[in-house]
Amino acid sequence: MSQKTYRDALREALREEMIRDERVLILGEEVGVWGGTYAITRSMFTEFGSKRILDTPIAEAAIVGTAVGAAMGGLRPVAELMTINFSLVAMDQIVNNAAKIHYMFGGQIRVPLVIRTPAGWGQLAATHSQTFEAWFAHLPGLIVAMPGTPYDAKGMLKSAIRSDNPVMFIEHARLYGIKGEVPDGEYTLPLGVSDVKRPGRDITIVAYSRMLHVALGAAEALAKDGIECEVIDLRTLRPLDMAPVYASVKKTHRALVLEEDWTTCGMGAEIAARISHDRFDDLDGPVERMGQVEVPMPYARNLEALMFPDERQVTEKVREMLS
Amino acid sequence: MELPLRVVLREDGSADPELDPGLDDEALRILFRKMALLRALDEKGLNLQRAGRIGFYIGATGQEAAEIGSGFALEEGDWVFPSYRDQGVALLQGYPLSELIGQLFGNSSDVTKGRQMPNHWCDRAARVVSVSSPVATQLPQAVGTAYAAKLRGEKIAVIGYFGDGGSSTGEFHAAMNFAGVFRTPNVFFCSNNRYAISLPVARQTAAASIAAKAAAYGIPGVRVDGNDVLAVFRVTRDALERARAGEGPTLIEALTYRIGSHSTSDDATRYRPAEEVEAWRGKDPIKRFAAHLKQRGLLDDPEEKAVFEEAREEVRRTVAVCEAAPPVPPESLVEDVYAEMPWHLEEQREWTRMPEKR
Ligand SMILES: Cc1ncc(C[n+]2csc(CCOP(=O)(O)OP(=O)(O)O)c2C)c(N)n1
Repeated sequence: MSQKTYRDALREALREEMIRDERVLILGEEVGVWGGTYAITRSMFTEFGSKRILDTPIAEAAIVGTAVGAAMGGLRPVAELMTINFSLVAMDQIVNNAAKIHYMFGGQIRVPLVIRTPAGWGQLAATHSQTFEAWFAHLPGLIVAMPGTPYDAKGMLKSAIRSDNPVMFIEHARLYGIKGEVPDGEYTLPLGVSDVKRPGRDITIVAYSRMLHVALGAAEALAKDGIECEVIDLRTLRPLDMAPVYASVKKTHRALVLEEDWTTCGMGAEIAARISHDRFDDLDGPVERMGQVEVPMPYARNLEALMFPDERQVTEKVREMLS
Repeated sequence: MELPLRVVLREDGSADPELDPGLDDEALRILFRKMALLRALDEKGLNLQRAGRIGFYIGATGQEAAEIGSGFALEEGDWVFPSYRDQGVALLQGYPLSELIGQLFGNSSDVTKGRQMPNHWCDRAARVVSVSSPVATQLPQAVGTAYAAKLRGEKIAVIGYFGDGGSSTGEFHAAMNFAGVFRTPNVFFCSNNRYAISLPVARQTAAASIAAKAAAYGIPGVRVDGNDVLAVFRVTRDALERARAGEGPTLIEALTYRIGSHSTSDDATRYRPAEEVEAWRGKDPIKRFAAHLKQRGLLDDPEEKAVFEEAREEVRRTVAVCEAAPPVPPESLVEDVYAEMPWHLEEQREWTRMPEKR
């Protein structure tokens, strides 16, 4: 095993899949010569050339539309959207086309497409700091992956590229630099499988993507006071694997969901509804959720700092729930 | 179809009498001072970011003629739908320098309350609407505001700015088409600075020019030397007058060059040949205009230096005032989300006032 960044893990997945299957191609803004806004495709242009790595003009609807068409035409395109904020411009291609074509064609045509795109923030303000995972997780026909560690990122991206379904693969700009164990050899991880990232008996914390790390940090801090949190990483938001969550709640009787998105109609609402409906008798109290303040993201650093729950707030919430 | 390139300032510093817009001496001096001010603002903006005093900046160095020439053609009542590189146009619309610089700091000197990234300026009084980060979103909006003016019988024009990269978006095409169909009083001003971040314009379009695209929408397209402030002023004034007279929209393509990086987030030396940048430095729009003014006896070397020094001093003074302003108050986080404060945000406001809870 060796330590690799989330960024390098993603690049390894892309490279390995491009070598393995010549139908895989990458298209997007700045992905070629420049090597990607977040350097995910760095130096791949020299290796794979301009036929398989396409620097596109600025038009996200056409990037996704072209990728959908290429997938229907027998290729396995990986479209990169510079940030998830620009997916809004491509929404009709994603929602009405990528997600539904297989169904609408009576199963005759598959759309083996991956849309890779980072969520994230960092003084980028209202139009550049969104995640939108709940919007995509809402859609039948789409698979929505949102890995939180380098190991998961690599294994899940490889599976996404091999999948015969359209996959919205949501990365996180603030995770690209984090390091973790990533084996050197070939491996894949299934989509649609949640993962216990830290075992515990007192409370279940459900998280994914960057908030996974907030959850793990809070769990570490609480452990010093003898409070053992079980942290569950959803990893895939659609289809949603609730089994590890249910098993955990059976032990802990309490659940807290963390998300980076606005909580109204968010993933936390979905998780809370499922636990409350399916495991009502296991609960000792209501499922709680924490997320972003319900305003657009401001720019000023002092305001931005108020937007998301941090480790301290999560630990306080856990203590409150256990008291 | 090759459209002619409109040029006023000739190699030897003289102006082509046929296209010379005939501005008076005072106007010519203002043009020069504003170009110098824009250069000084950009230099400072980049330095502030490098020093970590602001988070981000986008400069227009090398594009001053396109900015100032077009902005100077605007009249009272006209609206600007800018892109993020149009601080020069904002300055000419009467947008105070202190507000532009306050916006960079996002503190209480920012009239937009620290809500947006640097370079996302907007000012109701100056009729400069907010830049929208997703490129070219502003163009259909410019059509709508122009339509509103037309319906209300206001004799104004609405100008929308964008880059060569922006011309690839669906919004660009739809906006041109709507403007053609509704004959709105619009001017679409493309600063073709040859690059969209790292992508050269030849990878953006296979068309001979961006202006040529106007033909497809039944509107006139104009190509102008974007480093020639008088030519830019002339074609923009003509287009704005057409718009105000109810004769419909125009697409202008100003050919210029982005001397610096796209923004403070990239490094252009990694994707552009140094010789190309050097060649364009030799075509500096401010120097070119200075040569013309000198020929007309309106400027000499010491005065030229003094204009730049004054511009830098004005920027320096304004930065000092804006930077010293206190942070925006925490409770402003939840204000302005709706026209009136709803109860659920009123509750949040209480929370922002309790430091121990935050
Ligand atoms: C819809 C959308 N896609 C991608 C981006 C990221 N982006 C920001 S600026 C830019 C390049 C724009 O180039 P151009 O229109 O030529 O203007 P310039 O920066 O040269 O002034 C890109 C791709 C964006 N802001 N909006």
